[in-house]
Amino acid sequence: MALTLDEVRHIAHLARLQLTPEEENRYLEQLSAILDHAARLAQVDTTAVPPTATVLPLQAPLRPDEPRPGLSPERILANAPASEEGMFRIPPVFDEGS
Amino acid sequence: MTDLTDLSLIEAANALRAGEISALSLTQACLDRIASLDPCLHAFLAVTPDLALAQARSADERLTDWRRSPDADLSLLCGLPIAVKDVLCLRDVPTTAGSRILEGFRPPYTATSVQRLIDAGVVILGKTNTDEFAMGSSTENSAYGPTHNPWDLSRVPGGSSGGPAAAVAAGLSFAALGTDTGGSVRQPAAFCGVTGLKTSYGRVSRYGLIAYGSSLDTVGCLARSAADLAPVFTAMAGHDPLDSTSMPDPVPPTDLGGTDLHGLRIGVPEEYFIAGMQPEVEAAVRQAIEGFRSLGAEIRTIGLPHTDLALPVYYLIAPAEASANLARYDGVRYGPRLGGNALWEQYAATRGSLFGAEVKRRIMLGTYALSAGYYDAYYSQAQKVRTLIKGDFEAAFEQVDLIACPVTPSTAFPLGAHADDPLSMYLEDVFTLPANLAGIPGIAFPVGFDARGLPIGMQLNAPHLGEAALLRACHAYQSATDWHKERPHL
Repeated sequence: MALTLDEVRHIAHLARLQLTPEEENRYLEQLSAILDHAARLAQVDTTAVPPTATVLPLQAPLRPDEPRPGLSPERILANAPASEEGMFRIPPVFDEGS
Repeated sequence: MTDLTDLSLIEAANALRAGEISALSLTQACLDRIASLDPCLHAFLAVTPDLALAQARSADERLTDWRRSPDADLSLLCGLPIAVKDVLCLRDVPTTAGSRILEGFRPPYTATSVQRLIDAGVVILGKTNTDEFAMGSSTENSAYGPTHNPWDLSRVPGGSSGGPAAAVAAGLSFAALGTDTGGSVRQPAAFCGVTGLKTSYGRVSRYGLIAYGSSLDTVGCLARSAADLAPVFTAMAGHDPLDSTSMPDPVPPTDLGGTDLHGLRIGVPEEYFIAGMQPEVEAAVRQAIEGFRSLGAEIRTIGLPHTDLALPVYYLIAPAEASANLARYDGVRYGPRLGGNALWEQYAATRGSLFGAEVKRRIMLGTYALSAGYYDAYYSQAQKVRTLIKGDFEAAFEQVDLIACPVTPSTAFPLGAHADDPLSMYLEDVFTLPANLAGIPGIAFPVGFDARGLPIGMQLNAPHLGEAALLRACHAYQSATDWHKERPHL
């Protein structure tokens, strides 16, 4: 399954990964080889076979809706590269041009 | 005088309880050995001597109190120094997941599996090396440099729990916590000549485990024998309300039993003995299976017909889940961030530069498999074939109690051997992936050495929640053989 450079760029954009041109070409080759190998799954007859999303028989367990203490804002913000007034600080969502 | 680090976990535990040695001296012995050997092994990313010595002193107090009233409960693990793979959070201690994108991250909480061991009184020596975000089979994908195999420093320890395996093999710690998503406890255990337990999915809480593939990730442990592993497993396993995929089933202490395996039916799947396996590996595994026969087990040939589909299934499902789990690393809440005038640029620059190549490769593979137009052909189809693979094991376990097979196609390969070919690296996992897809437990343990002196491992798999059966069978084998007692010359 040979990907195109456009497809690699599209995937990188979806995944928010900035790639160098050298990386784009390298991943194009490597991902195509891996997907080639995965293509054999297409030949397996899975009519009437349910998908396995989880190996467990559990349903999502519930608990009583009782408030309990969580992590403090100070502890959570302690790892942030930039924070201000109890909030995570980020650059503008849109740059000047948009 | 015996080096304290030569003791097994059980021997050390008994000596502590008898008052023959102190947790402080045991801990200091490990810290000294780490200082002496880790510069050439690089098993540790962070050593925590202050924490360890404080925990050791506290353990010594608990042991003293216990000797005064020995009827009280005291975990066998009290005072024992262990290491923790750096994908498990330990509050306020740097946790990197082997990645630059979490450089400097100090978790605000501790993983349940780790906390339960701390509550039992263990001493945490530090955090051990891992392939980045647990993605890899050699620990070469760590952003902080690879770990070296204690049996041959030019070779890999395996991965992704290469740091934990090397730490135990080199006598730097008495046990180590690892994780196994596609083989990452069993394969390094085999390469390093130690015993490694992959637990059943849902058996040990994943709270505080940095997620890679959420339907596959398991927390496991490595030590020098099944007897050493048993108390570690019992202490950390069991229901956790903080993990919604945690099984409610109780975890009784394992009765390891003796060497008589009459009544045990072990299945051997011929699909696992593939062309291209290192002949010495095949020979050692087959010889070990005969060993189980001589202990009384009945050996039967079984079929696991969908075995060769496990690799493509895993390398679609795991990357798909990883692409979702790693979306959170965006330079906003933790870790370093790289500039950008706008938020999207910051995301792309941070992730593009601070994730390593293998991680980016898997994120992209997963993103593609889940994307519009490809979801049905790739991800959905992989999930259906996963059902067939799981079904193979269910059918097999109607005929046998355990399954015996190789862990790896070869012994430890040299550093750099798979550098330019990611697919060749993925092929290292062919014998370990199926158990993760089915969610069943497995134990890897040494069964011999090749002509180069490199350890050869074998694995047993059991039905879901069958860890006790694995530990018993492995213990029986280790009571009758000495492979697990060999030590690398360091």
